[in-house]
Amino acid sequence: MEYEAVIGLEVHVQLKTRTKMFTRVEQGFGHEPNTLTNPVIMGLPGVLPVLNLAAIEQSVRMGLVFGAEVPEVCRWDRKNYFYPDSPKNYQLTQLHEPIVVGGEVEIELPGPSRNVMGEHKHIRLDHAHLEEDVGKLNHYDFDSLVDYNRAGTPLLEIVTQPDLRSPEEAVALLQSLRMHLVAAGISDCDMEKGQMRCDANVSVRPQGADYLNKRCEMKNLNSISGVRNAIAYEIRRQAKVYEKGGTVIQETRRWDAESGVTTSMRSKEEAHDYRYFPDPDLMPVRLPRERVEALRAELPEGVFDQQRRYMEQYDFPYTLTSVICYDFELSRFFELAHAEYDQNPKAIANYIANELQRERAAGEEDGLLPMSQLLITPSHIAELVRIIDEGKLTKHLAKDVFTEMFQTGKRPAAIVKEKGLEQEDNSDELEGILKEAIAKNQKAADDVRAGNEKAINAFVGPAMKATKGKANPQQVREIVLKLLNG
Amino acid sequence: MATDLIWQSATALSALLEKGEVTSRDLTEAFIARAQAVEPSVHAYLDLHTDYALEQADQADQRRQLGQVRGPLDGIPVSLKNVISIKDLPLTAASKMLEPFVSPYDATTTLKLKNAGAVLLGRLNMDEFAMGSSCENSAFGPTFNPWDTERIPGGSSGGSAACVAAGETPLSLGSDTGGSIRQPASLCGIVGMKPTYGLVSRYGLAAFASSLDQIGPMAHTVEDAALLLQTIAGYDPLDSTSFNTSIPDYRAALQEAPKKWRLGVPTEFFGEGLDPEVKEAVQRAIQWYEAQGCEIVEISLPHNELSVPVYYVLAPAEASSNLARYDGVRYGHRSSEAKDAIDLYFKSRGEGFGPEVKRRILLGTYVLSSGYYDAYYLRAQKVRTLIRNDYLKAFEQVDAILTPTSPTAAFKLGEKKDDPLSMYLADIYTISVNLAGLPGLSMPCGFTQDKLPIGLQVIGQPFKESELFQIAHAYEQAHDWKTTHPNL
Repeated sequence: MEYEAVIGLEVHVQLKTRTKMFTRVEQGFGHEPNTLTNPVIMGLPGVLPVLNLAAIEQSVRMGLVFGAEVPEVCRWDRKNYFYPDSPKNYQLTQLHEPIVVGGEVEIELPGPSRNVMGEHKHIRLDHAHLEEDVGKLNHYDFDSLVDYNRAGTPLLEIVTQPDLRSPEEAVALLQSLRMHLVAAGISDCDMEKGQMRCDANVSVRPQGADYLNKRCEMKNLNSISGVRNAIAYEIRRQAKVYEKGGTVIQETRRWDAESGVTTSMRSKEEAHDYRYFPDPDLMPVRLPRERVEALRAELPEGVFDQQRRYMEQYDFPYTLTSVICYDFELSRFFELAHAEYDQNPKAIANYIANELQRERAAGEEDGLLPMSQLLITPSHIAELVRIIDEGKLTKHLAKDVFTEMFQTGKRPAAIVKEKGLEQEDNSDELEGILKEAIAKNQKAADDVRAGNEKAINAFVGPAMKATKGKANPQQVREIVLKLLNG
Repeated sequence: MATDLIWQSATALSALLEKGEVTSRDLTEAFIARAQAVEPSVHAYLDLHTDYALEQADQADQRRQLGQVRGPLDGIPVSLKNVISIKDLPLTAASKMLEPFVSPYDATTTLKLKNAGAVLLGRLNMDEFAMGSSCENSAFGPTFNPWDTERIPGGSSGGSAACVAAGETPLSLGSDTGGSIRQPASLCGIVGMKPTYGLVSRYGLAAFASSLDQIGPMAHTVEDAALLLQTIAGYDPLDSTSFNTSIPDYRAALQEAPKKWRLGVPTEFFGEGLDPEVKEAVQRAIQWYEAQGCEIVEISLPHNELSVPVYYVLAPAEASSNLARYDGVRYGHRSSEAKDAIDLYFKSRGEGFGPEVKRRILLGTYVLSSGYYDAYYLRAQKVRTLIRNDYLKAFEQVDAILTPTSPTAAFKLGEKKDDPLSMYLADIYTISVNLAGLPGLSMPCGFTQDKLPIGLQVIGQPFKESELFQIAHAYEQAHDWKTTHPNL
């Protein structure tokens, strides 16, 4: 029998705010253990939570990015359970009235090749609720230590509907979430830093069935490959159970990335009773409609909307947009360069997607030079494209100019001037050079006369050589045609 | 000299300081000497920090010499219930669980007292985590009623009440979740006041039941209570439930001529269970108001009889969660017997908490459990609204409400210790005031034949503390209960 998977994700995203969710302590990653704490974070007797408005607004923005509803009021509940990483032994969260309801995420599945756009789907969101992150336990041979630096970091849990049907769709959802959240400055979504973490609910059923089978929740999926592999493993495992005539029991399973299998953590019967109740220390949050609308007005363009616009408005090929649009920093770089010189978006985009990316990779052993460390600005690329378009620099020489400006941060016009690379408009000199070249290559000249324009290339090389690369290839063509065809 | 000072009101002491007749060191030494003399029979203090207090007194005297007096409380001793945090001092909540804990921060009320120049004299005994009505639930031994040391002082702020009643401090702070300021004030013959929920910051008050807890003043006189409340009241950005409202000048309001208030008397508060001597004293007080031209209106608070069961669902529910942080992992008592993390929880909490705290944690855990939540917690919240609505309806007719504070005068140590239900009924007249979030005040209105104090409770409208003080002050001015002191 053919089986189909039904998958829903719960994606935890650490919000980008300066301070923590309920107290003014900075949030961060990689600090000395227990330095990002205070009496509130440590859950000392007598402390009280105070809402971080920035986390509220980031959550509202997330809702707006995905077309969700932002109810006028959201409330806080306590989720009670004992664990050493939880300083109060309860977590402040939103059970009944979350900050974001509904919405949907557009995802793109892998296409047949990387040059071809894949299928797009819309995955519905159930809701997103705001909560506080917990600390981190580090286990050693004889004891365990707790680091509360992460405790209290604003955490948005985004819960999808069970609309996903394959590991690839789950991965595509995470990628789309990440692209959009990073672009809007809501989260950095770095899975290695735990800024984006994922639990997956998976069940399988016969292809085309309209009922849902028992699901298993998988915890600890903290990388893209983990999500893909764990879901794929779990689909196979459950399908095998049904094939053997068994039934899948509802349970929580842990994914072990090293051994590549999921193992049972606890069954439904063993599930915690979290004894949720409304938190008496925090007031309900009222979200003024004017503020929500103001936040909506400031949102950046959606990633796929921007991609469609570039393809339509600037005639960009899909591959170019998949480089520029899927990386928030590159698309912003492009937008700024284009704003400075709007006559040739495609050339600007190509320089960013090709030359810039190549140079960023060149100096790094692993990965790309961070955009924040670039010496060049969007303005450099705008200027470079402009002087090429003005005929002052050949594309051929532009490659070297690019490398030079990337390494030094000098303006392209200054480099051109300094190195004497200005393209020369000396048609008399060029005509002389070309006459000589034609005399030396009568076969090519005959081909051109016979209408084979490609043969002109035989004269471009010598012209470049004689002018040390400053000849304008277009001009070379025109002169050759004039000389040969009259 | 010293014996004169210890029975003075804080207001009078403040005047003496201002005239230069005494120094803050004189006062502080007098109260320390008194405490050292009577503590063996009262045990109001868990911790009398003598050196710390004298240091503050000297600083206050220095300020006075330099003309930098911070206000009427500058140089006046104040003692705090050991559930309000003072930076760098132990905070135990009278529990073994917190016995080794030293707080690294000041509660907002502590900070306000420090800023006002008050001399923080010591930390007062209480029922463990403020759970109890007799002060017998302290892990460090009970406090004794200064009027009869075989009797309890009331609770949970028993130390705070006994301390003022015994002349060991002119002012103290208590906390009141279901009557924990007013009931011991009544049983010890002093003034105790629970402000409107949200008037005083809870930041730094080790939480018992967050939606009910309020810190409030305890003193010899209404004016002193007003003075202390003036200092600690006000919006605090660190407490999201604190109310952003301007604080009127409570003491100035006391200078106004008494009005002919309309005062409600709820019939439900004078029925079965009320001691006849208490009933008579309270009725005499009501008659006094009537004689002054106040209109006495019989009112009904029909849901008040449900307030004890509602309270014993909601308060334990919140407590079970609030007290979860005491787990032996980060601070406080940690069992040395534990084998692993889970065992650490069981053993540390098993060893650290006393029986009443455990009883309430179990109760609270039960009522929040899945399958029971709707029947208990949710139902109790609905009844809480009905109780509040009863009061709001009554306040359409009356300015304030007069009732007994406690159904009986102080009972004997051990009398109710093993009967939690009868102990819980000691708060039958005070609990609904917390459930409704209203201000309430208890003041002396007589003595039993055994020379035990009786308290009158005045319940006011939300944030109308000024009027509440005026009503109480008028009665106090015409009576001299406060001139009788316990014979220790």
